[in-house]
Amino acid sequence: MLADHDRIFTNLYGLGDKSLAGARKRGAWNNTKALLKKGKDKIIAEVKESGLRGRGGAGFSTGLKWSFMPKQPDPARPSYLVVNADESEPGTCKDREIMRNDPHLLVEGCLVASFAMGAQTCYIYVRGEFVAEREALQRAVDEAYAARLIGRNNSHGWPFDLYVHHGAGAYICGEETALLESLEGKKGMPRLKPPFPAHVGLYGCPTTVNNVESIAVVPTILRRGSHWFAGIGRPNNTGTKLFSVSGHVNRPCNVEEAMSISFRELIERHCGGVRGGWGNLLAVIPGGSSVRCVPAHQIIDCPMDFDSLAKLGSGLGTAAAIVMDKSTDIIRAIARISYFYKHESCGQCTPCREGAGWMWRVVARMVEGRAHKREIDTLFEVSKQIEGHTICALGDAAAWPIQGLITHFRDVIERRIDQYAANPHPEPIRMAAE
Amino acid sequence: MSVRRLAEQQPDAFEFTPQNKAWLDQQIAKYPDGRQASAVVPALWRAQKQNDNWLPRAALEQVADALAMPYIRVMEVATFYTMFNLEPVGKFYIQLCGTTPCMLSGSDDLIAVLKRRVGPQRTVSADGLFSWLEVECLGACCNAPMAQINDDYYEDLTAANFEKLLDDLAAGRDVNKGSQSGRVSSEPAGRLTSLVSLYGERDTSDGD
Repeated sequence: MLADHDRIFTNLYGLGDKSLAGARKRGAWNNTKALLKKGKDKIIAEVKESGLRGRGGAGFSTGLKWSFMPKQPDPARPSYLVVNADESEPGTCKDREIMRNDPHLLVEGCLVASFAMGAQTCYIYVRGEFVAEREALQRAVDEAYAARLIGRNNSHGWPFDLYVHHGAGAYICGEETALLESLEGKKGMPRLKPPFPAHVGLYGCPTTVNNVESIAVVPTILRRGSHWFAGIGRPNNTGTKLFSVSGHVNRPCNVEEAMSISFRELIERHCGGVRGGWGNLLAVIPGGSSVRCVPAHQIIDCPMDFDSLAKLGSGLGTAAAIVMDKSTDIIRAIARISYFYKHESCGQCTPCREGAGWMWRVVARMVEGRAHKREIDTLFEVSKQIEGHTICALGDAAAWPIQGLITHFRDVIERRIDQYAANPHPEPIRMAAE
Repeated sequence: MSVRRLAEQQPDAFEFTPQNKAWLDQQIAKYPDGRQASAVVPALWRAQKQNDNWLPRAALEQVADALAMPYIRVMEVATFYTMFNLEPVGKFYIQLCGTTPCMLSGSDDLIAVLKRRVGPQRTVSADGLFSWLEVECLGACCNAPMAQINDDYYEDLTAANFEKLLDDLAAGRDVNKGSQSGRVSSEPAGRLTSLVSLYGERDTSDGD
């Protein structure tokens, strides 16, 4: 188990003082000047060495991402850092706690990361529903400006402006290029890549988009050294990680733990165990709704990290574990996720716009058993036609939960169909159209 | 995708208050010259707050004029983002999360309460106090099930404490925001399992 002195988010639950003074007592803003003195290249190298992988879901090396930014910025095309605080992945609620309880870690991280990338302006894009979180973050930003920690003429010698921006309830704006479109005042529709944001991003300028947690951990990594962070977890899956555990555990919570902690230990130690005991566990969606679900026997002793979960055909995603016990109607649970993607598809690519709705309508019938068994294969096939055939990953995210359901719980669907067929129903089977 | 249209009954005019106009100018200053369109979402949000939590056509046009944007661009934004209400809503506008983590934790019970007390979705109750909508994940899954009422999150709901919450709101009584079961935020109910060296074990739960 991770010891408290190795935890980065020491006010995760808001039990301590949230103001600048409180954050300083916990170590934030402690000699930030010395961190900047290391120089851009050294900072990027250390972040790379720490093994920090993006905390927003994709798990791309943060240091490597930063290294794609131009070394000599063109004054006509300034570099930007944009922080993705559009936390909307079902199951995930970690960035919210950072913003409302430990916002100075994020503000300091923004300064350090912007310096490393040669950016003098940073926008934090907060999801629209997080009104209180946005206000808490704005308070922290105002405090930092007043204390001359950030601003055009700050005490760290790197002119830097930080602005809090917000969205208005669109999951798709968590996709980095959709977020940039939204920040430019347009509908949040993802852009084709290439060009990548590091070349053509916000307002056509070089931009890096990072998750809140990825940015907030950087100052601590630099203070304690990359070897400290790299020494936690397993190779290629290093550091501490905020886990959000929801669903059928006795005490759902957010907790900062070592990467690669086993699912069993995570749940036993922090969540009071699975409701009804381990024998009552049905399945877990380990990384937010977008990843495939994993049945109980595979997940229980699996390390919670990128590589181990990928081996199970699932993923760590945002490390949001949705736990389902045996009372769960797994078909309905996945159908609700399917509805989510239907609702949140931006409508730009045909396979996703039409496919997400089609999959939801079919799987919604399967909840009742009002389907033919051959439709299970059709559904799987269609999901494969959506996966990988859209501009952004929302198409994949809509397809994977369905694929996980069919792979692991095909027998449940078939039983439901048999039950329905065994009972006479007067109404005819309705076909796809709504 | 969801189909979203402007309300059929529209007021004649909408005008930002002087305070909101000044606020909007501050927002525009956050973005580079010529990029004032970036402020469209905050501007629409402010307009919605000023207009009893919904956006009439006149407000879209006013925002478009203030940001030098074609009307259609603002219309696109207002119909794309689901937090913009294009029809009148109740004084207490309830967004109930029904996505899987909340569903697993009992949002069905809350939906039943709302159907009985308020009626179907998207209709304002006869007294004008409530209207509700089942929305997608609001990002408070460790405190599921939950609902957002106007700007505030109410978490760790049960049918019983949700009914009481609605009663209190209707009667104009003060209510506690956040967790309704006594949690501070998303810590495990009862004893802390981490950060104990900083805050002690703090048995925070009143047992639920």
